[in-house]
Amino acid sequence: MTENKNPYLPDLATVIKVIDETPNIKSYQVILNDPEKMKTFFYEPGQVGQLSVFGVGESTFVINSPPTRMDYLQFSVMRVGEVTSVIHELHEGDQIGVRAPLGNWFPYEEMKGKKILFIGGGIGLAPLRTLILFMLDNRADYGDITILYGSRTPPDLCYKDDLKEWESRSDVSLILTVDTEYPGWDKRTGFVPTVLNEIAPSPEDTIAITCGPPIMIKFVLQNLAKLNFKDENIITTLEARMKCGIGICGRCNIGSKYICKDGPVFSLAQLKEYRAEI
Amino acid sequence: MADTGFVQKEKLEEFLRELSKDAVVYAPCLEGDTVIFKTFDPGTTLCLDRPANNPPKLAVFPQSETLFSFKYKKDAEDPRKMSVELEANTDFPRAIIFGARPCDAKGFRIYDRVYMDTNTPDPYYQGRREKTMIATLCCSAPSPGCFCVAVGGGPAHREGSDVLITQFEKGYFIEPVTEKGKTILNAPQIEDGAQYAEEAHKRQLESHDLVRNPFAEDGLPKISRSLFDLDEFWEHVVSKCLSCGACTYLCPTCYCFNITDEQSLDIGERIRSWDGCMFPHFTLEGSGHNPRPTKFKRFKNRVGHKFLYYPEKYNGVIACCGCGRCIRHCPVSVDISEIVSYLRGSRFEFTNEPPESIGTDTNS
Ligand SMILES: Cc1cc2nc3c(=O)[nH]c(=O)nc-3n(C[C@H](O)[C@H](O)[C@H](O)COP(=O)(O)OP(=O)(O)OC[C@H]3O[C@@H](n4cnc5c(N)ncnc54)[C@H](O)[C@@H]3O)c2cc1C
Ligand code: SF4
Ligand code: SF4
Ligand code: FES
Repeated sequence: MTENKNPYLPDLATVIKVIDETPNIKSYQVILNDPEKMKTFFYEPGQVGQLSVFGVGESTFVINSPPTRMDYLQFSVMRVGEVTSVIHELHEGDQIGVRAPLGNWFPYEEMKGKKILFIGGGIGLAPLRTLILFMLDNRADYGDITILYGSRTPPDLCYKDDLKEWESRSDVSLILTVDTEYPGWDKRTGFVPTVLNEIAPSPEDTIAITCGPPIMIKFVLQNLAKLNFKDENIITTLEARMKCGIGICGRCNIGSKYICKDGPVFSLAQLKEYRAEI
Repeated sequence: MADTGFVQKEKLEEFLRELSKDAVVYAPCLEGDTVIFKTFDPGTTLCLDRPANNPPKLAVFPQSETLFSFKYKKDAEDPRKMSVELEANTDFPRAIIFGARPCDAKGFRIYDRVYMDTNTPDPYYQGRREKTMIATLCCSAPSPGCFCVAVGGGPAHREGSDVLITQFEKGYFIEPVTEKGKTILNAPQIEDGAQYAEEAHKRQLESHDLVRNPFAEDGLPKISRSLFDLDEFWEHVVSKCLSCGACTYLCPTCYCFNITDEQSLDIGERIRSWDGCMFPHFTLEGSGHNPRPTKFKRFKNRVGHKFLYYPEKYNGVIACCGCGRCIRHCPVSVDISEIVSYLRGSRFEFTNEPPESIGTDTNS
């Protein structure tokens, strides 16, 4: 819940660092200008925020730094349109607006003691990153952690420093893949859903969490079903064109549920119940 | 002070001018042949004979309004940097909606649940709503398309009204419903209404049975999920829809909006404006993906929202007040009451033939 009484009024924030992730994705570390608000800012892994460039508009991004590391809030932005293009022009010290936290979050309490299988594609690693880092910061609470992550080409892989660290850890198994052969790439090739089939993880006591482009999610869900994962053990996040972010503007519904408020995190069991088309 | 009042017909405009002294008064006014809800001022011609083409929602939910203004300033310490200042105003003047219809008044209650009964209430809506008095004119006869009784309302339904007005040959009987409504009796044009009360209540009951009930007598419509989920059904019933969005703009219970920024030099505003789920761009995502790419899906969502989703969320309450505006003013005569009536499943077996009566022009 925001303390902000006017839910449309963003908090002013300053960009403190810009990281080039891939040719069209940049990460922004921001801090709220009001130090008191920054100190008491509370959110859960998976919650999102609306970033504003005043004069251009707002767009939705997941807070991809975990609440266990609260020096700043990190957002990763893929350039696709109007607002995201202007965000890509921002530099250290620039002012932006932040409306956060919005939406629900990953049910990390219910995942305790379970094995966790992350399946991400492209910018879809952003929400997963929050939960991965959160779990690594509470490592003892969770069983085996497997991360399957893919992108079109090696330069399109996000969070290269994180990937390096996860690769070196003995308590994480990281599987990277890119769509096709690429000079210098000695790891797997192939689409994420196909690689998922190849590694054929056991559904036993395992929660699968997937996020990526709609087409990837669609096939990952099918393949998880083939691997006998139960609908309630499959978690995904949905996207929608969002405006208000608080369940009022009526834009992001699936049936009576609003992605901005009841989501973006859903289990496959919930999505089937809501008759969402995925 | 008396409990009820009466305003003579020839004193009505004077009465509204009196009310305008310390409130913005919205009333149905003639513009050419069209009745439009707008701010009342001298020079406007009132028209209370038929429901206004547009609903009075604009009084609490303007077609376009500023959420906040912003100003970029050069940072004093580092001139290469800009700081931003934001300013929001949620303090609104008192307002009176005079001559809403009972369906219109009920429409505001449908908004209230979404805009105020949430843990993130909308301060713009709430600010206006709390300062707005709704003075509702009971309907003496239904207009084409009206079906208020079929969705739990009626021509003298009180839900959402602060004042109820009953029309007589000589003038208007005025009956406060809420505490807020009582202040309307202070105007000098008001006489004691006691002698009209009994006759007024009789008249209020009389018109109820004149309103058509397209869902028959079995209470609120229960929608057959299997028909609702059938794409072919929607393709048939809304094949002629033009996606013009008129139905959403004229609907007293449609509340969707867009948010956009406007800027010139170093100042600007963030603005919200009405938007509608009948437009193809409404749900178009940055990625190019559109969850409701066809008009059939969009129409299904509109009907679903009003007759399934909203009721699911709010205890069975239907998010349509039966005002009939979308039926009267749709350029190709799509009739939501007819569609919902088919969706009950009992009257309409889905065949590949479009149902014959769909498209009957209720304007005549
Ligand atoms: C819950 C959630 C979490 C998200 N997390 C992230 C994240 O962490 N990182 C990230 O990068 N993205 C994320 N997104 C996606 C992100 O919000 C969108 O990519 C972003 O809003 C696009 O904004 P834009 O203004 O740049 O694009 P827009 O300019 O709005 O649209 C981009 C493109 O869409 C089309 N388009 C849009 N509107 C119209 C129109 N009216 N007419 C015609 N074409 C149109 C055009 O092709 C346009 O170029 C998330 C989205 C959601 C809902
Ligand atoms: S008014 Fe009629 S044509 Fe226009 S969008 Fe509504 S149903 Fe379709
Ligand atoms: S859907 Fe049509 S009949 Fe129902 S409230 Fe809206 S405009 Fe009136
Ligand atoms: S973004 Fe407005 S309702 Fe979800």
